[in-house]
This record gives sequence, C-alpha cells and structure tokens, in this order.
Amino acid sequence: MAETSLPLETTPAPGAGAGPRINGLVVGLACLALLVSVPFIAGALGDAFYVRVVTRIMIFAIMAISLDLVLGFGGMVCFGHAMFVGAAAYVVGIAGFHASSGDPLVLAGLQIPGSTNAFVVWPLAIATSALLALVFGAIALRTSGLYFIMITLAFAQMLYFVAVSAQTYGGVDGLTLDTVPTLGPIDTGNRQQLYWVVLVALVAVLLLCRRIVNSRFGLVLRASRFNETRLSAVGVAPYRYRLAAFVIAGAIAGVAGVLLASSQAFVSPADMSWLRSGELIVMVVLGGMATLYGPIIGAFFYLLAEFGLGHVTEHWQVVMGPLLVLVVLFGKGGLAGLVPAAWRGGAR
Amino acid sequence: MSLFLEQLLNGLQFGMMLFLMASGLTLVVGIMNFINLAHGTLYMAGAFLAVTFQLLTGNYLLALGLGIAATALLGLLIEVLVAQPLYKRDHLDQVLCTFGIILFLNELARMIWGSAPLRMDVPKVLDGSVDIAGIGYPSYRLAIIAVSAAVAIGLHLVITRTRLGMLIRAGAADRTMIVGLGVNIQLLYALVFAAGAALAALAGILAAPIFTVQTGMGDHILILTLVVIVIGGIGSVHGALVAALLVGVIDTVGRVTLPAGFGNVLIYLLMAMILFWRPRGLFPAHG
Repeated sequence: MAETSLPLETTPAPGAGAGPRINGLVVGLACLALLVSVPFIAGALGDAFYVRVVTRIMIFAIMAISLDLVLGFGGMVCFGHAMFVGAAAYVVGIAGFHASSGDPLVLAGLQIPGSTNAFVVWPLAIATSALLALVFGAIALRTSGLYFIMITLAFAQMLYFVAVSAQTYGGVDGLTLDTVPTLGPIDTGNRQQLYWVVLVALVAVLLLCRRIVNSRFGLVLRASRFNETRLSAVGVAPYRYRLAAFVIAGAIAGVAGVLLASSQAFVSPADMSWLRSGELIVMVVLGGMATLYGPIIGAFFYLLAEFGLGHVTEHWQVVMGPLLVLVVLFGKGGLAGLVPAAWRGGAR
Repeated sequence: MSLFLEQLLNGLQFGMMLFLMASGLTLVVGIMNFINLAHGTLYMAGAFLAVTFQLLTGNYLLALGLGIAATALLGLLIEVLVAQPLYKRDHLDQVLCTFGIILFLNELARMIWGSAPLRMDVPKVLDGSVDIAGIGYPSYRLAIIAVSAAVAIGLHLVITRTRLGMLIRAGAADRTMIVGLGVNIQLLYALVFAAGAALAALAGILAAPIFTVQTGMGDHILILTLVVIVIGGIGSVHGALVAALLVGVIDTVGRVTLPAGFGNVLIYLLMAMILFWRPRGLFPAHG
C-alpha cells in the first residue's frame, strides 16, 4: 500500500540543476522495485488479495495514461474513453465465449471460430479499439469544446447500449469468461502470472508514451492544445496529429481492456459506462494532467481510496465527491504537482 | 396500429418529460456556459424528496410543491457553493466538479433512503385510463403530457413576453454584452439555475410513479438530456422542445419496432449525424 506515498514524500528540490532528474529516476526505480516486490510481500503475508488489488490498479493506470495522451497532452476532453477499454474486453470475452461453446461466430457470412490464444485474441482486440478510435475520432474531432465532450459521450453510450442489448453475450448482466486467454506458456487466469504481465505492460506503455510525448509528434500535439491558430499558421494542420493521438490512445486503452478481461474473468457494459469514463477523467486530473506519472498516481490514489475508504464505509463516495470538488477548485496541477518537475516528463 | 399509437403517445410523454429536463439545462449551459452534469441528480433529488413528503403529508400536490421547492433550494446551494467559482473556468473543471456532486448526492441518497427502489403512488384521480381511438391509455401519462405542455407554454410566454425572458435570451445570445449593459448577472444566473433545478425536480416527480425511485435514476436521463440540448442547439428553449419530442418519440418507437441493438442506439446515431452536418445543433441560439 506504500506505492503511492513514496513519490509524494519526496520533497521538490528547488533550484537544483541535474539533481531532480537523478532524483526522479531513483524514485521511479524505487516505485518499480516496490511494484516488483508486491507479489513476494503478499506471498509472505499469505494474502493474495493485495496482488489482485495492485493488478487492478495498474490496469486502471494504463487506462489513465492513455486518456492523458488525449486529455492532458492533446487537450481533448474525451468523455467516453471507457468505450475503448470495453470494446477490447468484449472482443476477448466474445472470442472466449465461442471457444468454450464450440460454435463459431457468424459475422457477415464468415464463420469465425472462438479462441483463447492471447497471441490471436489480444492483437485483434487492440486493433478493434484502435479502429473504433479511428472512426469515432475522425467524426468527433470535427467538433471541439463542449460538443466534443458530448459527441464522445454519445459514441460511448452507443457502444454501451449495443453491449446491453447483446443478449447472447449476457446483455446488461455481462459475460463471464469460462477460460481466459493464455499467452504462450503464461496463463493470464493465474493471479501471479497476470500480475507480471500487467506490470510489464504498464512499464512498456509508460516508456512508449514518454517517447511519444517527447517526440516531434508529441510536440505538435502539445502545441495544438495551447494555440491551434498559431500551429496552423506555421503550416501544421493539427487534425491529423490529434486523430493519430486519439487512435494511439484507443489502442493503449485496448491493452488495458484485454488485461481487464483477464483480471476480472468477466466483462459487462459497466466496463464502458459513462460513469467509468468519468472516473478515468478524475484519475487523470487528480494525478496531474499532461504528466507521465500523474495518471498512475491518480489511478493509485483513486482506487486505493475506493478500497481503503470502502473498508471503513461502503459510502466512500460521500467523501470522494466533495474531495474531488475541492481538488478542482483549489488544487491546480493535481497530485503530480507535488513531485519534482524534472521527472514529470513533458512540459505543462 | 393501436400499438403504434400507444407507443407514439408514450414517446410524446417521454419527450415532454425530457423537455422539462432539457429546458433548464440548455439555459444553464447556454447562458452561463456551464456544463452541469448534476442536472440528472437534481431530477433524482426531486423524486426522493417528493416521495418522502408524500409519506409525511399523504398529499400528492403538497408533496409535488414541497419537492420542487426543496430541490430548487438545493440547486441554489449548488450554484452558490460550486457553480459560481467555476463559471470562468474551463469545461473540464466544470465536468469534474459536477461529477463529484453526482458521486456525493447519489451516495448520500443511498445512505438516507437505502438501495431498494421506492414507489410513488399515482394520485387517485389519475389512477384510471382514458379511451383514445380504441385504446385505453393511462390517464396519469396523459396528465404528464398536459402538465409539461402547460409548462412549455408558460416558459414560452416568460421567455418571449417578459423582461426576465428578454434578459435570458440576451444572455444566451451574447453573454459579454449583457454584462456590459450592467445587468445584475449574478442574480440572473442564480435564478436560471434554481429554475432549472425546479424543472428537473418536476420531471423527476412526474416520472416517479412510472419508473421506480432509486439512486442513479438521474444518470441515464442526464445523458438523454445532453443529447437533446445538443441536437436542439445549446441555449435554445424552442430547440430543446423540438429535439426533446424528436428524441422521445424516436427512442420509444425505435426500441419497440427495431431490433434491440439498433433501436437503443438510434438517438445517438441521430445526434452524431446532426453534429456532423450542423455542428451547432438544429436551432443555434448564439449569433
């Protein structure tokens, strides 16, 4: 449970030149070491619960990172991000459903057999999310501001209701996965093994986003958030960059989706409800928008608050709601604002 | 044919209820440029409060009046405490804060009234049904249509014929100018916010006997209301009326006549298409 407190305890080093960068690397590695040690600590305590909790938190951190690419760095307030997570999770669920029932999925005359091979299902699921992001993004990005929020919300609701009305796949009750995908020798239904897969995915996603944000592409993306007119004036049309970012974020959300399907062994429309999308925005903003580590901190904070306060009272949202209002009203920059600027990655 | 007529009436009734929600929200968003996601929560609050007042007083009309008044006060409280500091902030901050209010009030309602759905009784007079073209249609649903229509006419008169309405229209068309003219904008904002809350409460209370009263009941209606105000054009009450009826009828009839996966998503497709062709809605209020 100490994972979140660590970065918060480090005090910013004011005016230090190379100091904070090394400091940041040290803290980052320390966090990683902590995450690596979780299964061992849990094993020593004989309590697998913590492995499950941290797995779930890391999956949400991946979702939050992908949303931050759009919301924080790109300045696009997407209020339907959970749909990309849900879409990928449903692809895994549906493939598993047909694999265990033995009947192939008949789609436009094609007979598609089910599968629980992660090397087949996962790329398919992630590609589905990316494709959805491409189609919806191409339309939604024609609008901006308030209308962009509304249209992303509407698209997510569309997908939500498609899932709700898919009676074959459990409808509103959701779909239980009898067998979750296996990744070669790795069984993603095994808590321990899934933990390592998720941890590797989180680190890979973080490094990928770091590269993206600091690349020329990331520079354009960040610039489009601040001054679109000026960007157009220097000869860069932001639309294509935004759409590319939207698709990348959709694909990364898809990664979180396939992991979520394995960790829950269950998918339901609730995984792409607008309340879930709202929670993801909360995590990003709480942690710190347009920062690399912020969304991770936000996901840890939000879900630990859910688990922690949930232990004290089932009505934990009575605390979370006002807290959220206070943070937005008085605390600009989120939790990541409390940590040294140098390792936040990307400029604000 | 009779089934179709019945669904058409249901759609009309649902559309009128959506209008009660949308008319308030479109003004809040249009005039204050404030995205109030908690509008659906006010709908829920109205229903819960009215059920409680009905249990206490045993009188439907009294419960209706008290429920609306109490929710308007709640709306005013939200306006002063949360909305006012946010008027000048960006949309994301508004979304987050009002999302926080949803979490808070949903959970508060669960603490006070529990998770089990509550029922609100239809007043005795309206408990029967009326014969329309050979089908027996519940008189309560007809009453909803009548009440909402009366409210719509009332709103139309206020907005087109009174000084207050003039200010509201001016606010929706050009916010900066109306401030420049020395209008007490803070009072206008508070008034519009409270009126929106009252209308949301009315919708929630009218809906209470048809749907059950439970936490989270405002979440779905909020999304539909947002769809309505976007289709109608933000800030336009007339647009909200047209869009609400459109959405109400298409959604209700679509669910019955089309295969499930398609009927459910029809209005979202409609909204996406309208935004694609007319990015500012059918009746844009801003110049």
